[in-house]
Amino acid sequence: MKLTEKEVRYVANLANLRLSDDEVGQMVHDLGSILDHMDHLAEIDTEGVAPMSQVLYEDEETATLRPDVPKAPLGNADAIANAPVSGAGYYKVPLVMER
Amino acid sequence: MNSLTIREIQSGLRKGTFSAAEITRQALEYAVAENPKTNAYLHFSSERALAAADRVDTALARGDDPGALAGVPVAVKDVISTKGVRTTCGSRLLEHYIPPYDATVVERIEAAGGILLGKTNCDEFAMGSSNENSAFGPVRNPVSPDCVPGGSSGGSAAVVAQQTAVVSLGSDTGGSIRQPASFCGIVGVTPTYGRVSRYGLVAFASSLDHIGPFARNVYDAAALLRVIAGRDPMDSTSASSPVPDYTASLNGNVRGMKIGVPVEYMKHLTGETKTLVEKALADLESLGCELREISLPATAYAVAAYYVIATAEASSNLARFDGVRYTTRSENSGTLGEMYTNTRGEGFGAEVKRRIMLGTYVLSHGYYEAYYLKAQKVRGLIARDFTNAFCGVDAIAAPVSPFPAFKLGEKVNDPMEMYLSDIYTLTGSLAGIPCMSVPCGRTSANLPVGLQLLCNHFEEQTMFRLAHALETSRA
Repeated sequence: MKLTEKEVRYVANLANLRLSDDEVGQMVHDLGSILDHMDHLAEIDTEGVAPMSQVLYEDEETATLRPDVPKAPLGNADAIANAPVSGAGYYKVPLVMER
Repeated sequence: MNSLTIREIQSGLRKGTFSAAEITRQALEYAVAENPKTNAYLHFSSERALAAADRVDTALARGDDPGALAGVPVAVKDVISTKGVRTTCGSRLLEHYIPPYDATVVERIEAAGGILLGKTNCDEFAMGSSNENSAFGPVRNPVSPDCVPGGSSGGSAAVVAQQTAVVSLGSDTGGSIRQPASFCGIVGVTPTYGRVSRYGLVAFASSLDHIGPFARNVYDAAALLRVIAGRDPMDSTSASSPVPDYTASLNGNVRGMKIGVPVEYMKHLTGETKTLVEKALADLESLGCELREISLPATAYAVAAYYVIATAEASSNLARFDGVRYTTRSENSGTLGEMYTNTRGEGFGAEVKRRIMLGTYVLSHGYYEAYYLKAQKVRGLIARDFTNAFCGVDAIAAPVSPFPAFKLGEKVNDPMEMYLSDIYTLTGSLAGIPCMSVPCGRTSANLPVGLQLLCNHFEEQTMFRLAHALETSRA
């Protein structure tokens, strides 16, 4: 599976990832060789096999439920303590409308 | 003092040979002094460690039970959240991140009297097989300093091998506990998926992520797993089945146990790794186990299936690192969109970018069915292979890695070759079964090799019993 530069830039845009021109060239090469390997998946017969999205094990139907007991929340100061820019108890970001 | 086992620490504390505070001070001093040799610790949590030691000593003075890990110095991989202690995930983006809460495993370790010494280096967001993808420099293998310790939990394996911690926690998504354990010559355990809560583990691939122990012997690994395992209301994927006393199963009774040896794993194995694995299989046979050749036919497709599923999940999980809530933010932020793309473009390392790109690609319009859905079906086949195999055998024995630890820099420029080196560990991760690496000897260059043991879901006891019998026979 050969990827083009244009495709790499398209995917990078979907992933919100800025890549330099050098990185784009490297991605064309690296992703191409990895996808070549992944294309082997087409060789194996999976007719009638259900897609496995999660590991399942025997348990009671209500095993994932817990009592609905109110707990103290994290708190505003703790929640924003790691934000690079914050103010008045909020996360701050650049203007949204210009995107 | 640095080579003590959990049992020796317990008995020393009870006899008053030393206090928890003495062990902790000594362990911290030794770890700080030795760390430059490997770069295995990223930061130490001295205050927290000494406070935990005081609680143990107070409990002992009062005659209370100080817990199953009382006074045991524990290191924790830096992808596991520790309240008030930096948690960087080996990433520049999280260089200053201080979690406001503890992971459940960390809470349980401290509740059992364990001492959190510090946080260990790893591949960025646990993505890698050599620990060379850390933003804070690679880790050197304590056994052979020119070699990698394996990855992604390279730091957690190195500290245990280097004796700068008694036990440690790593995370395993496709082999990140077993492979470094094998490379560093220690025990590393990936428990059944759901056996250990992941609350507080920074997610890489949620359907594959596990937390598990590293130790210098099977007993210590079993003792640590017993403390961290069990249902947690904060992780809905954690299983409610009771946690047995894993240490009680280490009775040496393996006679008559049927061990499957997968032909697909053995046929490509070469060199001294092959010789050492075959020797370990022969040892199991002489302990009374019955070896049976088995087939796991979907094995050849495991690398492709794994790297589709894991990168797809990663591309989604890592979307949260965007310069708003946890991470540093790019200086070059104009509009909101530029802030996102520049923060991520400047902050993530090459391997993480590659995986985000792959994952985004395989989930994108037109490729979802050919890659993602197909990979999930192949995952179903791999799991079915194991289900069929465990109808006829109690456990499976196999290599961990095709080769022992390789040189720093040797494979760093060829991502596909690095991915292929995970071939023997990915299958167990995809099926969600318990698996572990137990030392099975060293090559002529003195590099450790591990034997992998795999069992059916929630059959950790059988796995530990086998590993312990092998360990004892070689002592």
